Amino acid sequence: MSVAKPLPHDAARLHVTGQARYVDDIPTPQGTLHLAFGTSTIARGTVTSMTLDRVKAASGVVAVLTADDLPFANDVSPSAHDEPLLSTGEVHYHGQPLFVVVATSHLAARHAARLGDVTYAEDTPILTIEDALAADARFEDGPRIYTKGDVDDALSAAPHRLQGRLEMGGQEHFYLEGQAALALPQEGGDMVVHSSTQHPTEIQHKVAEALGVPMHGVRVEIRRMGGGFGGKESQGNALAVACAVAARRTGQPCKMRYDRDDDMVITGKRHDFRIDYDVGFDDDGRLTGVDFTHYTRCGWAQDLSLPVADRAMLHADNAYLLPAARITSHRLRTNMASATAFRGFGGPQGMLGIERVMDHVAHVLGRDPAEVRRVNYYAAAAEMSDASGGGISEPEKQAKLSTADLASRGAVQVSSGSGGAARFGGAYSPKAEEADNSTPYAMPVTDFILHEMTDRLLADADYAARKQAVAAWNAGHATLKKGIAFSPVKFGISFTLTHLNQAGALVHVYQDGSIHLNHGGTEMGQGLFQKVAQVAASRFGVDVEAVKITATDTGKVPNTSATAASSGSDLNGMAVQAACDTIRGRIAACLAQIHDVDADTVRFEDGSVHVGDMAMSFAKAAQTAYENRVSLSATGFYKTPDVAWDRIAGKGRPFFYFAYGAAVSEVVIDTLTGENRLLRVDVLHDAGASLNPALDIGQIEGGFVQGAGWLTTEELVWDDAGRLRTHAPSTYKIPACSDRPEVFNVALWDGANRAETVYRSKAVGEPPFMLGISAHLALADACAACGPNYPDLQAPATAEEVLQAVGRARG
Amino acid sequence: MNVTFLLNGETVEVDTHPTRTLLDWLREDRRLTGTKEGCNEGDCGACSVMVTDDKGARALNACILFLPQLHGKAVRTVEGIAAPDGTLHPVQQAMIDHHGSQCGFCTPGFVVSMATAHLGGRTDHNDVLAGNLCRCTGYAPIIRAAQTAEASAVPAHMRDTPLHLAKKTQIPAPETSDALADWYMTHPEGTLIAGATDVGLWVTKDFRDLGDVAFLNRCTDLQQIDDQGDSLRIGAAVTMTDMLAAVRDLHPSYAEMIRRYGSDQVRNAATIGGNIANGSPIGDNPPALIAMGATLHLRRGDARRDMALEDFFIDYGKQDRQQGEFVEAVTIPKSAPALRCYKLSKRFDQDISAVCGGFNVTAQDGTITAARIAFGGMAGTPKRAASTEAALVGRPWSFETIEAAAKALAQDFTPLSDMRASASYRMEAAQGQLRRYFDDLNAQPTNVLEVRA
Repeated sequence: MSVAKPLPHDAARLHVTGQARYVDDIPTPQGTLHLAFGTSTIARGTVTSMTLDRVKAASGVVAVLTADDLPFANDVSPSAHDEPLLSTGEVHYHGQPLFVVVATSHLAARHAARLGDVTYAEDTPILTIEDALAADARFEDGPRIYTKGDVDDALSAAPHRLQGRLEMGGQEHFYLEGQAALALPQEGGDMVVHSSTQHPTEIQHKVAEALGVPMHGVRVEIRRMGGGFGGKESQGNALAVACAVAARRTGQPCKMRYDRDDDMVITGKRHDFRIDYDVGFDDDGRLTGVDFTHYTRCGWAQDLSLPVADRAMLHADNAYLLPAARITSHRLRTNMASATAFRGFGGPQGMLGIERVMDHVAHVLGRDPAEVRRVNYYAAAAEMSDASGGGISEPEKQAKLSTADLASRGAVQVSSGSGGAARFGGAYSPKAEEADNSTPYAMPVTDFILHEMTDRLLADADYAARKQAVAAWNAGHATLKKGIAFSPVKFGISFTLTHLNQAGALVHVYQDGSIHLNHGGTEMGQGLFQKVAQVAASRFGVDVEAVKITATDTGKVPNTSATAASSGSDLNGMAVQAACDTIRGRIAACLAQIHDVDADTVRFEDGSVHVGDMAMSFAKAAQTAYENRVSLSATGFYKTPDVAWDRIAGKGRPFFYFAYGAAVSEVVIDTLTGENRLLRVDVLHDAGASLNPALDIGQIEGGFVQGAGWLTTEELVWDDAGRLRTHAPSTYKIPACSDRPEVFNVALWDGANRAETVYRSKAVGEPPFMLGISAHLALADACAACGPNYPDLQAPATAEEVLQAVGRARG
Repeated sequence: MNVTFLLNGETVEVDTHPTRTLLDWLREDRRLTGTKEGCNEGDCGACSVMVTDDKGARALNACILFLPQLHGKAVRTVEGIAAPDGTLHPVQQAMIDHHGSQCGFCTPGFVVSMATAHLGGRTDHNDVLAGNLCRCTGYAPIIRAAQTAEASAVPAHMRDTPLHLAKKTQIPAPETSDALADWYMTHPEGTLIAGATDVGLWVTKDFRDLGDVAFLNRCTDLQQIDDQGDSLRIGAAVTMTDMLAAVRDLHPSYAEMIRRYGSDQVRNAATIGGNIANGSPIGDNPPALIAMGATLHLRRGDARRDMALEDFFIDYGKQDRQQGEFVEAVTIPKSAPALRCYKLSKRFDQDISAVCGGFNVTAQDGTITAARIAFGGMAGTPKRAASTEAALVGRPWSFETIEAAAKALAQDFTPLSDMRASASYRMEAAQGQLRRYFDDLNAQPTNVLEVRA
């Protein structure tokens, strides 16, 4: 069966030969025009005059559009309609688009866009957390607060108590392919848009609004992105809308791609956070209560900041049972680019807060931080004795996956798939069945496997012996110090906006047995298309080569959710499975009738269709069905069951299940300069019953390095005027080749998902990112080796920050 | 002007503006879209191409490579890495087998860099690929692929033969330094383009009109390294790759710094003269060269003058160079056993220094007899640490002396805060480098790059 095979990425051969086509590579019709934004040079104020004569007179310029030239909606916000495509006079951040140049070439447009004469009445920008709090500049009326138990009582009664503050920076996506869009005007005012987007339906919606047409007048297509990481969930709207409006106006195809500096200045990044903590704990380091206060700078527009900040709160516990907790979240409005989705979507920030607490508590008690973590773990899940096998599940009955059944199942609250998930009784479980094992948002944790994973990882990584060896090494070295740290990940899988947890698919089987596959997910490098193709091939019992993967297209599958929240395979895999099973059922019924057997006995295996005693090729079966006038095209639909969430109350079940992982990192620092290196990393990660172990390991390796980059060399710097000073790879440093750990052991935890997911696999896009937290903790451990005090290492731990922390440790 | 070169084995003749980049031409005119634009400033490697001339094949960034620089050379893009019959190159097959691509956008650049290195038999993959950024894979599978391909034979089609064009061209590219001197006297406002790793950005990012330009890549006498017994006279147009090779054995610490200077693609283009002449306060060569006691050779028409390198840098943006005068060469001693160069940046590879220190302190019988210490990133120019040097000379080579000298550093510099580092960190780190120098010369372990798990 195709599923579970470590097949290469479906486009690997196209990648290595340069044939893989991205938006800017699509051959364009003659007369295609190119766009560039003229942007603000202040962070906050009002435009007092805008003279564009020099822009219009520049070589190659065809048109220059301002807000007044937009025919319909001037809005590219994915949420609160607070993000005009072009400024209407107010300037909210440095780099905000004021006008758009339409020219005969990309260079001409970029050049002309610099020639605007704009004057401003400048206001003092709101840049810092303090600025925003003082001005009460925030989204929503006040902070969101989730509570569990009585935190104040718990803290005052705690045997030990400590407070601290952790500042963590944001992160630039640095997808290698910058934002890009191409709009092709059609007859009757329709528009076809190629957009490098994780969210084609969002592009369709915003373009339709901007053109004043129903969504059926806009078709959006994307075959692949050159990286997304969340940065193309909403940030492509501006380019697509600008191109569509310009195409409508000129009647010519219009293309826009940001130059790298423009991309980094204009588009949003990961939210930076400050987390204050007040913690009570006992002699073993077991937490009795935690009071977290999150502050995040959301930038000028709401974008996706509310669910990002929510997810940070939802991961403030990470893997730990908090008997009492309060999480207060301030979503601050600042005059900066609007922060947006980025792999983990707030989860990493919330998680880093509690990991810092574990580290701090362990330091105060003089205990091994790994042990302090373990005593705080949630109780283990029940043994999975009644789950379906622990490997690849048997094909579901067709009816079970039909739209109607799924809808009805979603209406009923049932426990997750294994049926045993509500029970306790594993080696690490509490004695009483009623014991609290709930998150701060009142969701029982029923699938917790980190006890076993931690045992195995610490053994495989030889953690205890290496920790001793590090201490010995440090005793023998004056200026260089090593550090080692373990950290776990528990990451909630599902969109927290419940209605997004749905997906559609469209599958055609042609009369020669070849299969055309389409679904709502987008390919940004994660291998989604291949994993889903493996599902389709498995359902029909054919090789994956029989399946043609096609571009995501709003004309084929409508109303798609963003490919985000790690949900791509879970949602689209299930939808494709449903579509395939519909067709399979029809073929089976047809052949069963012809050969007078029970349709349930028809099997699709090994490239053949087995009917009674005979077998025919899948192609022959398809041809036979066609000749018998059987429809070989079907849609599929899936919605995640069981999730229900009240984000205001902070109660419910936002997640279908959790994905787990754990890592051990070892580092060395130079105490004279703060320079540091990641020496060795061991990872054990839970991808359920992996659909494709090779692709999943790729996500884990890449996610780890990206996460470690966030917490080490990737530093965003704004100046006092609100200008981003790190707007190119010359100044913003993502990990380079030699920054990967020299020893990098990655293993998959070989357990099936307890929840009933596609072939019992687990989502793997975001969770491994947070394994990179172990690198930060290891650096803190190395700093702590320099003196008696807690080093209080902030993030990112640049060489400069490490040197500061060494100083703090020494006191 | 017309430019002729080989593209994936075929001769092409292009009528071009002098500052049209190879990348734009490939993608827009030639519709070879495999070569990608990632940053348009030579920092990501997505546009890497292989260029072969008489010196051999090397990887270059096409985004800051002007077409006239290619005249007579052979260019191979990702579309020309597989054999003409479609057989994949060993690095391409290995990248597939080891899952070395995810989104695939950086992949063509990686493949070209890897294939170029494979052609040259190189196995220092971290250095080969330091200039190729990947955001998806974490690099591990790419390195596995590169290692797997090491054992495979080089496909014949990879060995390009540059064109030997007889006819005169319209390209303003002096063939000798005499011709260059003449050109510059008659075009004193003109722009000299050597590797274009800096000038390229004036065009791609600032849309600057360069006016009259002269390309230096055909000026072969500027590319010579002359062994003069006790010293090396290094022509201004010597690339940093050739510089690295020249000093690898003579000055290993300086060589190690050059290994981290830019990337392979950048070092293959960038020249020692360019790095000096642009007067940047954060260029990495000047501190090392000043610490060595290098002599700079300037030429204006037929007039030549020499100066200590440190004297060239007058103030931020201001050098002791007249109109029409150019850097012709720099002379460095062949022996400087106490020379150490420390490059401090946020990222080890391909990053601009926050602080770059060059140290060269000699002692006899335990007493310091001479000290040359220079820093980049600490002032508006590369600058010697005069007070620090004074605090060392005549004193015993001891921890106490170094601590006193570290204090004196604060009198030498008032660094700035910027996106790379704060002023206080720059000072602290510079002092840390001085302390490291003491440990280093006393054979203590000082380098985190040499530590293993």
